[in-house]
Amino acid sequence: MKVMAQMGMVMNLDKCIGCHTCSVTCKQAWTNRSGLEYAWFNNVETRPGQGYPRRYEDQEKAKGGWIRTKGGRLRLKGGSKARRLLSIFSNPRMLNIKDYYEPWTYEYDNLITAPLGQQTPVARPKSLLTGKPMKIEWSANWDDDLGGGPANIEKDPILQKLAEDVTTKVKLAFEETFMFYLPRICEHCLNPACVAACPSGAMYKRVEDGIVLVDQQHCRGWRMCVSACPYKKVYFNHKTGKAEKCTMCYPRLEIGLPTVCSETCVGRLRYLGLFLYDADKVLAAASTENDKDLYEAQLDLLLDPHDPEVLAAARAEGIPEDWLVAAQKSPVYKLAKVYKIALPLHPEYRTMPMVWYVPPLSPIVDVLTETGHDGEEAGNLFGAIDALRIPLEYLAELFSAGDVEVVTGTLKKLSAMRSYMRDINLGLEPRPEIPAAVGMDQESIYEMYRLLAIAKYEDRYVIPAAHSEQAKELENMGCSLDGVEGVEQFGGPFGRSSGSPVPVTIENFHIMKERQTK
Amino acid sequence: MTSLDILLWSVLPYVAMASFVIGLVWRYKYDKFNWTTRSSQIYEGKLLRIAGPLFHLGLFAVIGGHIVGLLIPKKWTDSIGISQEMYHVGAISLGGLAGVATLLGIALLIYRRRTTATVFAATTKNDKTMYIFLVATLLAGCAATLSSAGVIGTEHNYRETVSPWFRSILLLRPDGTLMMQSPLAFRIHAIVGMLLFIIWPFTRLVHAMSAPIGYMFRPPIIYRTRDGRTHAGSRKARPGWERVKY
Repeated sequence: MKVMAQMGMVMNLDKCIGCHTCSVTCKQAWTNRSGLEYAWFNNVETRPGQGYPRRYEDQEKAKGGWIRTKGGRLRLKGGSKARRLLSIFSNPRMLNIKDYYEPWTYEYDNLITAPLGQQTPVARPKSLLTGKPMKIEWSANWDDDLGGGPANIEKDPILQKLAEDVTTKVKLAFEETFMFYLPRICEHCLNPACVAACPSGAMYKRVEDGIVLVDQQHCRGWRMCVSACPYKKVYFNHKTGKAEKCTMCYPRLEIGLPTVCSETCVGRLRYLGLFLYDADKVLAAASTENDKDLYEAQLDLLLDPHDPEVLAAARAEGIPEDWLVAAQKSPVYKLAKVYKIALPLHPEYRTMPMVWYVPPLSPIVDVLTETGHDGEEAGNLFGAIDALRIPLEYLAELFSAGDVEVVTGTLKKLSAMRSYMRDINLGLEPRPEIPAAVGMDQESIYEMYRLLAIAKYEDRYVIPAAHSEQAKELENMGCSLDGVEGVEQFGGPFGRSSGSPVPVTIENFHIMKERQTK
Repeated sequence: MTSLDILLWSVLPYVAMASFVIGLVWRYKYDKFNWTTRSSQIYEGKLLRIAGPLFHLGLFAVIGGHIVGLLIPKKWTDSIGISQEMYHVGAISLGGLAGVATLLGIALLIYRRRTTATVFAATTKNDKTMYIFLVATLLAGCAATLSSAGVIGTEHNYRETVSPWFRSILLLRPDGTLMMQSPLAFRIHAIVGMLLFIIWPFTRLVHAMSAPIGYMFRPPIIYRTRDGRTHAGSRKARPGWERVKY
């Protein structure tokens, strides 16, 4: 057993109102730069819908993620290493900017500088790639709230995957169709396909917290990660020619702060915490034969942080005590493994994603209420969950490789929680048979309710800070002169401030800036 | 030998080598961030799908041909029974094919770069300068191949002039007189080629130096620590920065 710690996230989709605050604050913090105009490390997509980039879930095109070969070995879906190197001059799986959208701005200047004339001056859209006027045809959220109607929605790869009759039904029932929001960030997978596809070895997983990062000094722009990631969460910075991705706001996590997307989430639907997992078993789990068993295999990787054996193994690996305590208090562990209501997004990609989702119950409650039934009564809800085949199959395609049982189980737990808590809130006698029907006891369902509904800041985010004894290294990480042989402590022939120092601390930044401008 | 000849055939080669090596070291040390292919595939993929591999694979064949032609003395091939005629036919046909593929590839690439608005907008002055030298080298090289075959001027065996000159440079005993006996096309090709090597480290061509051969031999998932502890699959600590072993 090799215990490793992984920072994970859970998003409670029931609470997502699709306000895009997470996307906007993330963009302001990380991708508000030339070259990444089109990139959203965090995006919120409406489902059913094509997602961002368009139809990213269609793995037959970009061939992202892993597959299990007939011999039982795990291989990148994009092909062998040799094949990847041979296609390095033109990656046939690479996405085009149009798969995301062509970034643009408006000629605002024209509004104030246009000469007096008959017509009101307008600000025409102008491409940020060519600088020429352009026609806006798509953007990151073009099909937000089912915008564009059935024509757009039927291109949803998940709907197409479901049986033909289901697609027709969804199309016919478009007016009252089932809709929810799916916020997405990098999954920081245990078995990341992007890392395995990187020819330069510039992408890596951090040992301490499992965050997947791109070393900007070593990335050579071979763009294999872009197509290899099945979630399409590695972006090509077309100005610098390097890959960039969600960093899980590691500078914030290292000092114990939640990520920007979590911190600013209006619905407070995000949870951050540690998982302890067995790194030795990741390959075996990812090679599980049946797609539908992958969710269970992934759950089995997560170790119980209260188990003395696990704790001893974790200490042997040098995981600090406060991290172990944090793992024990981890909300994401509780939601994913203890209550089993958080599910991984597309486990069938075999990357072992570490951003989990509590599937949405609200659309079902809404449908039920509209039909005149009591939408929060446990019996009604259980019946509705069994009857509402389309949404469940859809959710199952997203969260459990098509296994409807898994999603049903999760939604029933959420229904039971609603019904049970309603009785308490209305001052009625609590009914222990409701939690019992979903295999829970009164105490645990109440705990689950506290975590999901009350969701205090310190319960949602249990983030152990990086260790102070490591702080010195953190400060100096990425200095261009680090370990360069023969170069004196105070710089080489070009002086101390030459080159491209990466200022990590604010003090560093100002010292460097002062020197470079004088 | 005039002083210009000395400059061209005994000095310029070393200037080119120095610029190439020192430039690359300097760039790697101080400008690693900009050391990239600066791929434009995200803008346009269809033409690149043909042009990219055509140019690069053609170029590999061309480089292979140069290594064989320049480094292996004629005596060696003679001794294993490859006659001048056999060698000549082989070199002209394979070299010609590779040259055509490379030229066609670069022509397509430049056409793509000029006509695709997005790609053109992302083309820097540095790129344009580099293209001039690259294309000039390729054209002069093809002309040299033609002239060695006798299509232009009289047939010429470069393995008795250019190749020994090249080896004399490597042996640090430059013999410019050898090069002066070669046809004009060869001399132009050599000069432009040397200029290309001079500017190489300062252009996007640096990406050729990071051909990811190591990819074939590394574990798929790489782990790295924040504090530089070595770990299965992580980079080795750099010399002088190893941790204290207790």
